[in-house]
Amino acid sequence: MEIQELAHIATQVRRDIVRMVHAVNSGHPGGSLGCTDLLVTLYFDVMKLKRDGEGKVIFDMDGRDEDLFFLSNGHISPVFYSVLARAGYFPISELATFRKLDSRLQGHPTTAEHLPGVRIASGSLGQGLSVACGAALAKKLNGDDNQVYVLMGDGEQQEGQVWEAATFAPHHKLGNLTAIIDFNGQQIDGPTKLVMNNRDLGEKYRAFGWNVVETNGNDLADLSKVLHESQSDPEVPTLILMKTEMGFGIDYMMGSHKWHGVAPNDEQLAVALNQLPQTVGIEDY
Amino acid sequence: MKKYTYTEKKDTRSGFGAGILELGRTNPNVVALTADLAGSLKLEGFIKEFPERYIQCGIAEANMIGVSAGLTIGGKIPFATTFANFGSGRVYDQIRQSVAYSNKNVKICVSHAGLTLGEDGATHQILEDLGMMKMLPNMVVINPCDFNQTKAATIAIAEHEGPVYLRFGRPVIPIFTPADQKFEIGKAISLNEGADVSIFATGHLVWEAIKAGEILAEEGIEVDLINIHTIKPLDSEAILASVKKTGCAVSAEEHQLNGGLGDSIAQLLARNNPAPLEMIGVNDSFGESGTPDQLMQKYGLTADKIVEAAKKAMSRRA
Repeated sequence: MEIQELAHIATQVRRDIVRMVHAVNSGHPGGSLGCTDLLVTLYFDVMKLKRDGEGKVIFDMDGRDEDLFFLSNGHISPVFYSVLARAGYFPISELATFRKLDSRLQGHPTTAEHLPGVRIASGSLGQGLSVACGAALAKKLNGDDNQVYVLMGDGEQQEGQVWEAATFAPHHKLGNLTAIIDFNGQQIDGPTKLVMNNRDLGEKYRAFGWNVVETNGNDLADLSKVLHESQSDPEVPTLILMKTEMGFGIDYMMGSHKWHGVAPNDEQLAVALNQLPQTVGIEDY
Repeated sequence: MKKYTYTEKKDTRSGFGAGILELGRTNPNVVALTADLAGSLKLEGFIKEFPERYIQCGIAEANMIGVSAGLTIGGKIPFATTFANFGSGRVYDQIRQSVAYSNKNVKICVSHAGLTLGEDGATHQILEDLGMMKMLPNMVVINPCDFNQTKAATIAIAEHEGPVYLRFGRPVIPIFTPADQKFEIGKAISLNEGADVSIFATGHLVWEAIKAGEILAEEGIEVDLINIHTIKPLDSEAILASVKKTGCAVSAEEHQLNGGLGDSIAQLLARNNPAPLEMIGVNDSFGESGTPDQLMQKYGLTADKIVEAAKKAMSRRA
């Protein structure tokens, strides 16, 4: 897909995110906005998705013969839901039910509500890389040569289970696995460096046996290039260290951990939407 | 009391090993995972015949649970194996989110449960796992009584779509159930019919309950003895029907009283048919080092204690 087209979708997804979070005065806009470009690039440019004869995406829990994406840092559900809806997994109008009673769009994604596009519950951090390893293994056992993607937070790297999985993937030669770290340097209690310094994550993954590449996660062209070209060896998993800015796209949210889990008020929403002009042909929900 | 005899003693974990080997031959989707305990879980046969479907995870149980959840996405039926302590308490959150809440077709198969692990002591003798697992929505919890039943349960859970916790142990115990007995999840098995007192036993305590039934029969007390191999879903129908007949009951398990089988039965009776219930199990205590037999004696998990409990339950009957 043309970069300009991806940019239009990304802008609309950002509009969705701030409107969803504002509507229930709860949710996580900062990381969602930072990871918007990645999810848009994955779902609209990179991943091979299962489609029917008319090109419409279809969903099954098995996910065989298609690429898979897992969201490990489940709190950035707004971006996940918006991208899934806009990719055609469920009606865009359903975004209005986010975090409301009886909704399929729970605060953190779950399979319990049978929302198409979601294959694992996430929210308690550190589990997604393990799940992705399992899914990648299943693909190898099935002779299915599609790719498995998983997104984690940089703060999430503080969970010990991540390093169990980081050891497992190269040992089992999971070259069909691409893990992405949203490296925005922020977590709830402040800058990651101050809360619990991860030091050089790329160096750590390299030492564990991964192919490590870096990218600017808020540059669609860079993302597209890296995601298309990063798998260097069929037996070596890839780690993409993705530099992003929390709150990207809205000036007063950018770069501050304050917007990790805080919703904009009416006035702030208006300012945000003004900075994210509605793109011709793509409507709000 | 019906006469139960045995010609051989075997460990229930070997029943698991035999079951998963048979599954390997009959179900190409079955995969076995372990966290550095392949020998303890009796996986050698499976590994030899199906090396490509065996996944060593190293000493990293949390990751093993997540990998298992991921394997189901692709149609695999993962059997994640380790000691009961590391397959429940250590990874409770991973099981809760990635398996139970996500309703994944993962079979968590754990050995060395309870006091009969013996000399390793309390750190390894988990007595809380049945309670933790039964509290999880979607989770089926099974605690079979001998080699044959463990093998049958292992094979049966592959047919069940959804998460299962299968618990077994290390000591050699009598094999008394028929090798061809059908295993139905959630369907308790009557071992003896009697009108005087109900005894509901699970796991290693079933054989002790049989011995207790024989002692009681010599005194003219006929027990209604039921093997509750499935803790959840509980066979409420069988339990209520039995207590309706006898008016009093004993539960027996190698587990904490808090949260175990007895707790489930107490709740069932309180809601439907209040009746005296005496509970055999470990009473709010950790275990310690010792031989399995010594520990079962010290913590009161024996036929004699079941006999005492049965008489007490009968004496409390209105």
